[in-house]
Amino acid sequence: MDLLRFATAGSVDDGKSTLIGRLLYDSKSIFTDQLEAVERASVNMGAEYTELSLLTDGLRAEREQGITIDVAYRYFSTSKRKFIIADTPGHIQYTRNMVTGASTADLAIVLVDARKGLLEQSRRHAFLVSLLRVPHLVLAINKMDLVGWSEEVFDKIRQEFIEFAAKLDIPDLTIIPVSALAGDNVVTQSENMPWYTGVPLLNHLESVYVGSDQNLVDGRFPVQYVIRPHSNEFHDYRGYAGRIASGVMKVGDEVVVLPSGLPSRIIGIDFGGKPIEEAVAQMSVTVRLADDLDISRGDMICRPNNQPEVTQEIDAMVAWMSDEPLIPGQKYAIKHTTRRTRAFVKDIHYELDVNTLHRNEAATALSLNMIGRIKLRTTTPLLADPYSRNRETGGFVLINERTNATVGAGMVVRT
Amino acid sequence: MNDSIGGVGRRHLSQLQVLEAEAMYIIREVVAEVENPAMMFSGGKDSIVMLHLAAKAFAPSAIPFPLLHIDTGHNFPEVLEFRDYCVSKYRVNLMVGSVQDAIDRNMVFEDRNGSRNRIQTPVLLETAAKHGFNALLGGARRDEEKARAKERVFSFRDEFGQWDPKDQRPELWNIYNGHMQLGESMRVFPLSNWTELDVWDYIATEGVEVPSIYYSHQREVFERNGMWFAANSFCKPTKDEQTSVRNVRYRTVGDATLTAAVLSEADTVEKIIEEIRETRVTERGATRGDDKFSEAAMEDRKKEGYF
Repeated sequence: MDLLRFATAGSVDDGKSTLIGRLLYDSKSIFTDQLEAVERASVNMGAEYTELSLLTDGLRAEREQGITIDVAYRYFSTSKRKFIIADTPGHIQYTRNMVTGASTADLAIVLVDARKGLLEQSRRHAFLVSLLRVPHLVLAINKMDLVGWSEEVFDKIRQEFIEFAAKLDIPDLTIIPVSALAGDNVVTQSENMPWYTGVPLLNHLESVYVGSDQNLVDGRFPVQYVIRPHSNEFHDYRGYAGRIASGVMKVGDEVVVLPSGLPSRIIGIDFGGKPIEEAVAQMSVTVRLADDLDISRGDMICRPNNQPEVTQEIDAMVAWMSDEPLIPGQKYAIKHTTRRTRAFVKDIHYELDVNTLHRNEAATALSLNMIGRIKLRTTTPLLADPYSRNRETGGFVLINERTNATVGAGMVVRT
Repeated sequence: MNDSIGGVGRRHLSQLQVLEAEAMYIIREVVAEVENPAMMFSGGKDSIVMLHLAAKAFAPSAIPFPLLHIDTGHNFPEVLEFRDYCVSKYRVNLMVGSVQDAIDRNMVFEDRNGSRNRIQTPVLLETAAKHGFNALLGGARRDEEKARAKERVFSFRDEFGQWDPKDQRPELWNIYNGHMQLGESMRVFPLSNWTELDVWDYIATEGVEVPSIYYSHQREVFERNGMWFAANSFCKPTKDEQTSVRNVRYRTVGDATLTAAVLSEADTVEKIIEEIRETRVTERGATRGDDKFSEAAMEDRKKEGYF
């Protein structure tokens, strides 16, 4: 069985939490004690029907205000797949939380209220999904029951979205008319919309092909930790532990270690103390090399003919996540793969209006929830690929050195 | 589940392989980023799986941190024995913080109902401070409870050990920010994305040993609030509560005064997996008295520094 991580986005009233509640409920992934708790809470708040959104809004403040503030993770599985849902808040003031949820997603569902059509926020959500390079997007046009199950309404929104999406980089788009409240086209095919010939949402989630989303071409192994046992039996053992960011590593491969550029060869790959012949992207393994080189955490093992840039100058898109604005001249700690160094903001190229995609080149700062393109100089080199090619070696975070808070999410555009 | 963990027959990993790799990565990241970590260890199935993952992450080296157990004094003897067996099997150090000792020192006071759940927290904070632990690995999972569903993998705690759910550090991709100032700490949850079923599938695939009370056995029990409690020195039936010997097993292992058994015939890992696939009640819902007090019981305890 394989795993699909998906994120959902929609605003306060689009019915996002209801949709997730419906997916869990109709796929029989809700337990009776959870449902009883939600039923009790629904009665207590005076709701006329069981408020499925209460299943995901887990914090006291969220239930009080009836909104989603932070990402909630939910788990369910069918006979075909296991799913991890990152339920993200849609309101602009929680953009950072949506970016967080989308960063690990294979697929994103953006909800639109059929009565309202595309709003600024629908465009913003679609833009963030493309910025984070989530490979698959589903536009779920919800509340079809409230527009008389109208094909005309659906087509109009669909057409408008396709025109907008043409400006974005969205490799795979699927548009589904649903009613989360009534359950139409969520798990079972809607009888009210015979004109819709596609599959219900859950079928799509179960069958969307994600095998080719993994980068198995660029061998990248960021060294996480050096293993040197203090025991007589393994006196000469020296292994480099890490998780393969992309590509495949095999015993016998010629490699080069960055940033030093020194060549070597893989003489062993160990997994949980046992030797294996090859390791693929996402696996946590320990690699042993033929030569005794000076290698430490933050270095990277890759192939001689396929290397990331070794650079101290980076152009990146950054989503700002702090109340203290990003301004040129500021210094931050930067964490990229397993490497930590310091970065200095040389310039802000522009701030991007996430609703209109207009570039404001006069911007002198990026404040909370803003997205912009910046130039950074780092104190030691990063070993980076463009984010568009590699999410693992193209993403980084900026950290406030005084508070240690994570303040920015960066995506390398050009090195 | 036929996927052999670690075998690379195909290039797309199974969900269990992905979860395992992620957990190993997280455990290594803690050791690389934080100076003085420890792993919470109760002898329960989640902490046993976490310990097994730690051994795999650092092999052939020894596990580079000690274990920490907050001993409520209300233990199932089988679990305590198993805890000590694991300590010798994995050759790790074990530190114990004793709630009974803290009660004797008048540092904490038992609730009127005899529960020691809430008073574990000050003992945990005191013991961590005594040993200078600034990161604690825990086996909690997001599918267990709705406040946990909101918590980060690297969960930052202020100098009082408190969690602030409204101001969590954004956690992007698999980049974890373990940096903090003196007095602050981290709680780290490598099994965040695992479900109860994943844990059992993993136990089956890897042949991980767990204490006998997880398997069906005969025990003298009585029914209270729809749950089956063992009749023992911590938990005595009232006059109206009839005891009987039944086939039961435990789905979770916690404070013996609060943890109920479930009626079950599942005496092998395979049968347990089958049972969990069929069940319509959550792990905590079936067995824990402590979460039923309020909608936000767990959130409130976590804010105070609970795991």
